[in-house]
Amino acid sequence: MKEKTNNMIHNITKEDIPGNTYSEHPEDEKGILEVQGLSAWYGKTLAIKNINMSIRSKGIMAIIGPSGCGKSTFIRCLNRMHEVAHGGRTEGCIMLDGKDIYAKDTDPVVIRRRIGMVFQKPAPFPTMSVFDNVAAGLKLTQFWSRRWELEEVVERSLRQAALWDEVKDKLHQSGASLSGGQQQRLCIARAIAVQPEIILLDEPCSALDPASTLKIEDLMRDLVTQYSIVIVTHNMQQAARVSDMAGFFLADQDRAGILIEYGKTSQLFTNPKDKRTEDYITGRFG
Amino acid sequence: MADDSLEGGKEMNNLNERGHSRRKWLNRVMLVLCGTATAIAMLMLALILGYALIRGISYLNLTILTQAAKPVGETGGGMRNEIFGTLILVVLGSIIALPIGLLAGIYVAEYANPNVAAAIRFTADILAGVPSIVVGVFVYAVMVIPMHSYSAISAGVALAIIMVPIVARTAEESLRLVPSSMREAALALGITRWRAIVGVVIPGAMTGIITGIMLGVARIAGETAPLLFTALGSQFGVQGLLKPIGSLSLLIYHYALSPYPSQQQQAWAGAFLLIILVLGISIIVRWASNRKHI
Amino acid sequence: MSIKQDKHNLTPPTSMQSSRFSGHSGYSDKIFSNLTLFFTIIMVGILVALVFVLSRDAMPAIDKFGFSFFTSTMWNPVKDIYGALPAIYGTILSSLIGLVIAVPISMGAAIFLVELAPQWLAGPASFVIEMLAAIPSVIIGLWGLYVLVPVVRNPIEKWLGHLSGLPFFQGPPFGVGFLSAGLLLAIMIIPIITAVTRDAMKAVPHEQREAMYALGATRWETINKAVLPYCRTGIVGAVILGLGRALGETMAVTMVIGNSYKLTASLFSPGATIASTIASQFGEATAGVYTGSLIELALILFGVTLIVNIIARTLVWRMTALKAAKK
Repeated sequence: MKEKTNNMIHNITKEDIPGNTYSEHPEDEKGILEVQGLSAWYGKTLAIKNINMSIRSKGIMAIIGPSGCGKSTFIRCLNRMHEVAHGGRTEGCIMLDGKDIYAKDTDPVVIRRRIGMVFQKPAPFPTMSVFDNVAAGLKLTQFWSRRWELEEVVERSLRQAALWDEVKDKLHQSGASLSGGQQQRLCIARAIAVQPEIILLDEPCSALDPASTLKIEDLMRDLVTQYSIVIVTHNMQQAARVSDMAGFFLADQDRAGILIEYGKTSQLFTNPKDKRTEDYITGRFG
Repeated sequence: MADDSLEGGKEMNNLNERGHSRRKWLNRVMLVLCGTATAIAMLMLALILGYALIRGISYLNLTILTQAAKPVGETGGGMRNEIFGTLILVVLGSIIALPIGLLAGIYVAEYANPNVAAAIRFTADILAGVPSIVVGVFVYAVMVIPMHSYSAISAGVALAIIMVPIVARTAEESLRLVPSSMREAALALGITRWRAIVGVVIPGAMTGIITGIMLGVARIAGETAPLLFTALGSQFGVQGLLKPIGSLSLLIYHYALSPYPSQQQQAWAGAFLLIILVLGISIIVRWASNRKHI
Repeated sequence: MSIKQDKHNLTPPTSMQSSRFSGHSGYSDKIFSNLTLFFTIIMVGILVALVFVLSRDAMPAIDKFGFSFFTSTMWNPVKDIYGALPAIYGTILSSLIGLVIAVPISMGAAIFLVELAPQWLAGPASFVIEMLAAIPSVIIGLWGLYVLVPVVRNPIEKWLGHLSGLPFFQGPPFGVGFLSAGLLLAIMIIPIITAVTRDAMKAVPHEQREAMYALGATRWETINKAVLPYCRTGIVGAVILGLGRALGETMAVTMVIGNSYKLTASLFSPGATIASTIASQFGEATAGVYTGSLIELALILFGVTLIVNIIARTLVWRMTALKAAKK
């Protein structure tokens, strides 16, 4: 199975992969994350099937598609969060720097350090202050860090998350005392404080008001200079605004999600290669 | 051992080998400790249940169930009256406690403003923490003395006092757990407030409420201390609400401390019956509340 | 009131902003809310009446002894002189022993059941512990007297006696005494602490755990830093419930504590608690100072329980307030 997928990656044409079309990878270099033949189950139910995708470094990849076609499942596989859910199981491999994160001897704890995640519902730790929230990930490994080291990182992360000015006087208030949009940016700051290489965002704005949404979209444009970003969104306009690459997911006949095509956002939106993509983009369904 | 070569090398990200292994070791140790704790808890409790059931059933026979107790010193006899006594007292206590507890819980969950709610919750917690023997002394002072007699009704009141805060507290908590969207949806349909509560919110909290009632009933069925000075126990069987009454729990207490082996054996038999009763109530209520939700 | 009528009482949209306010109280609403208020007042009234009645009936003893009731160790029905100190001491000591043993076991069990156990195990195990919480105290006392006490007498106390030098383990191993009472108390409060802690932990939203995992935390770290802090109020409440039950526990303790009205440091020696003293003597007490003293004991027990509950609730408030004000 592994050999087959390796071949697929290297001798690539549209016709080779049945039912799984995608566009040409614009650059020749290998992506920071290479997804190869990824399938995932919840118990006995197949959620996504045979996903192959290359995620470019320092780019924003948007995962779009109608609801229920495995976008969230897919992104949770990228940092091995899928297996945290009851009955979560995967097959296939995902290469980070050439090593499979699903290899038997790989510790998911390490992976999640390098691939961070922000969830749909802002989940600051309510028993911790704003400061402690941001520092939460750091404190796991820095048993001996001095206060000023932490302070430095916390401030830097909050600045990067465009939240510093709003909370610098409130650092010791509970993380849950902020507004929804601020909470989400706090979660972003928390995620970047541990300096991951990749940030995954699972519909980060769907629980927020439009003003906060725009703030976070602006934020992403700044973050992409330092991190690679994958964002799941059901909002096509957001995908068009924010991302430079996009992947379109759809549920096939047995209700498993498959990747129809992916490539440059501009190309996907103006000149999609697959008719199903075109139908979705033009609003015929979803 | 996990493959650590996938660790990134960023500055603040420095997962040195020792730090990471230490975390993994700590993780494993704590998990094992937790499992051990569970095993200990279950073992201790299984031991008690085991002894009570096995010894109890060995001394159980038809006589015990159908006959009244024999006077002290004579062997034989049974605990028929005490069985009835327990049942009567539980029913009495519940009848008094349920309306008070439920309605108080509803008031706090649905009507009281936050300050009042906090105060009442506080009061209920205190009442729940009152030792059952203190409750017995209280009821002795306000009912047994004026009535010049130990009585079943005073025992029922004592048991009710124990049960009320349990029911009230769990009812209130369960009601609070019902999402406000449910209430708003009901109100948006034009239903009056009280109907929304009774018809929508309470059913939504039913599992929790029933759990609370279950805890309450199971608790009072086995209570002994408050009965010491209210029901007292009776050699003459059930004589009515205004007279002393025996119960399984009182019987177990007295017979356990008795020097006569035949009575000690009956204590175990009584323990068996009482456990079956208490567990039976709990299991039936569980089953009923599960059914409602399927 | 027919449904048709109800439909005309349309609640205006603004009043739906909070489910706590009744935007449009109908007549039936008022009746219902007053009904619930009435019964709430009854519940509060019970407590008030309890304090009043106990205080009134303890007066004979309070008048006679005053403060010396708390410091005296004499208990003499013949001379009609009573002192509460050994009972107070016994109550606190036995409860502490119970807590020290029970809390770690309960916490560990709760963590295991909620976070670690597979589905097929967690359900039945929790059910079993819940059911076992229903075992009446008198049955535990029966078991304690005939099963535990012999074991405590030999080998437990024998073995502990070898740790000589510690004043806690001196004296002949009676079996009955503080150690047995403490063990029984521990057994009795484990299920309650576990059950309430379990509920508290289960109420922690899944997003909290996910957020912690996503930062690269191990399972234990997630439990320790995301789950337990979130529900710490509940956990404290659980422990308090356990302590409260231990303090007032009567039957099982009365049956295994040996009922000896003395102050000793040794855990092996028989002793008495407030509850056991009341239980064993109330029946024979004559009205007046004797009964008054027992009622005063009940009042003290109530007071100790009350203080424990208040302290714990205050602690919880202080913890959260401190964290917010920390600079």
